[in-house]
Amino acid sequence: MKTVFDRTKALTPAAMHYCPGCTHGIVHRLVGEVLEELDILDKSTMVAPVGCSTFIYDYINCDAQQAAHGRAPAVATGIKRVHPDSIVFTYQGDGDLASIGTAEIVHAAMRGERITVIFVNNAIYGMTGGQMAPTTLAGQKASTAPLGRDKLHYGMPIRMSEMLATLDSATFIERVSVHDPAHIRKAKSAIKKAFENQITGVGFSMVEVLSTCPTNWKMTPVEALEWLKDNMIPYYPLGNIGNPKEVE
Amino acid sequence: MAKDLMKGNEAIGAAAIKAGCRYFFGYPITPQSELPEYMSRELPKVGGVFLQAESEVAAINMVYGASGAGARVMTSSSSPGISLKMEGISYIAGAELPCLIVNIVRGGPGLGGIQPAQSDYFQATKGGGHGDYRLIVLAPNSIQEMCDLVMDGFDIADQYRNPVMILGDGTLGQMMEAVEFNEPKKRELPPKDWATTGIKDKNGKKRLISSLFIQPEDLENHNLKLQMKYEEIKKNETKFESLDVDDADIVLTAYGTTSRIVSNAIKALKKIGIKAGMIRPITLWPFPYGAYEKAADSAKAFLTVEMSLGQMVEDVRLGVNGKKPVYFYGRTGGMLPDQTEIVEKVKKILGGEI
Ligand SMILES: Cc1ncc(C[n+]2csc(CCOP(=O)(O)OP(=O)(O)O)c2C)c(N)n1
Ligand code: SF4
Ligand SMILES: [Mg+2]
Repeated sequence: MKTVFDRTKALTPAAMHYCPGCTHGIVHRLVGEVLEELDILDKSTMVAPVGCSTFIYDYINCDAQQAAHGRAPAVATGIKRVHPDSIVFTYQGDGDLASIGTAEIVHAAMRGERITVIFVNNAIYGMTGGQMAPTTLAGQKASTAPLGRDKLHYGMPIRMSEMLATLDSATFIERVSVHDPAHIRKAKSAIKKAFENQITGVGFSMVEVLSTCPTNWKMTPVEALEWLKDNMIPYYPLGNIGNPKEVE
Repeated sequence: MAKDLMKGNEAIGAAAIKAGCRYFFGYPITPQSELPEYMSRELPKVGGVFLQAESEVAAINMVYGASGAGARVMTSSSSPGISLKMEGISYIAGAELPCLIVNIVRGGPGLGGIQPAQSDYFQATKGGGHGDYRLIVLAPNSIQEMCDLVMDGFDIADQYRNPVMILGDGTLGQMMEAVEFNEPKKRELPPKDWATTGIKDKNGKKRLISSLFIQPEDLENHNLKLQMKYEEIKKNETKFESLDVDDADIVLTAYGTTSRIVSNAIKALKKIGIKAGMIRPITLWPFPYGAYEKAADSAKAFLTVEMSLGQMVEDVRLGVNGKKPVYFYGRTGGMLPDQTEIVEKVKKILGGEI
């Protein structure tokens, strides 16, 4: 019988710990497929964040370092500077990248570190139980914003991709979503591009993936996908952010 | 061998490069900025990488990444910057990564001042970051000893897979002395077969650098393993110098710059017929408690002198263990202990006035 679908060898057989319907698993698979297709699995080191995806190092079959909360881009910088010919990528949540780790991501992008960043934005702190993130939408409920995010109290959510795209050395920034198969395919090609850029040494590349957290959004998996489409995408527009930049 | 006249901060850099350090991540702060400046100039010449980070937090995490990737790597800072590095130091200790961290101490707390101090003793030796971990803390009292300890420090870090701190102060960083670069004693260094290079090892096994042990029994076992290592370090690496301790009526304790002032005070005391000796810890952790066992029987009293308001004195008390009184004299905020004040204090102690 012909095999039409199989686990990519970039993923380990370990059962993922994610909640039912959580899209972290989809993003892991996309990263894994790209590592396999580009044949870079045996030259890659990933930097795991603090968040629900900390244990990504159990799931993706390459070398890994576990970083302190938000510091993954600095850790990745250290690794890449030591092994410039290897592939180094971080996988970070929105609390990790857009809150506690803002300085590290901004300066890694400013320096044009030749790393790939997978930024999973689920508009919430998943791991710690649904507290408000800087990316939580205005009005969106969170365990530390029980009445919804009040924009007078907290301001409006941060758009990291747009901010980073102002930096000349941030050569590739794209926002994608994984709420349906067509968008998953687009997400994969953006992730692929972000790794190809590293192979060719272009510069800093980041893919922001809009993602769901059914558990803390208190929705069914299907409702969560719908909510992402109807609420997140209007505020976080998809596509390439800023023009591709040439860096001398 | 010809000696070079060098400023302390630059000598650290030269010794590090001689020891094979090729990566430096740091952030400017007085009074240690000559060190990153030196590294930015000299590292590229030997194929190394100097990177000025956006903060001390980022710098120490770059050290984590580089060390985890197998490199010989260092960072340096001064007190407020070292406070920021504490998160990373705890992770480095937890993940058992070797590296060298230099603290050219200035006065605190808070922004404090920019003059020399020894008020980071607690932070360096008793934790600073979270968790049951230990930093190996080396405290030179001359530029020559600083070079020797930097070179040996990298080997110590590699031997035990543990971060090593050089605890200096602004005086040592800024003054000039003649130095030569001596090969440290040969150590058996284990292969870095744990480093993440991106290339899996021979058995196709991936490597992981992590301080996370989510199962309580795993975390306890990891900590027990660390403790066994720390016991080994205590046994093998404790280092101190003792000066005229055996027949001393009073034994002074001082480290780093302060020990130079104290040894002058001891000479002055000898001239007026007072038998004083000195124990100079060279490793602050592990602390040389053993040096006090005999001295606590033979001496009448102990005096600890520090550029702080009393931190190391607590370890001296542990060493003396209640057998004899332990007194303290210190200046802080960038003020140096004064030789004549030390002499006066000793006279008062032995004269029973305090
Ligand atoms: C220094 C520090 N502060 C706080 C925490 C607690 N903490 C763990 S995960 C997390 C939030 C993670 O949220 P996010 O990055 O959005 O990832 P998600 O779980 O949503 O995928 C926080 C605050 C920590 N581990 N370390
Ligand atoms: S808490 Fe949210 S982000 Fe975390 S695994 Fe569950 S659904 Fe996914
Ligand atoms: Mg999140």
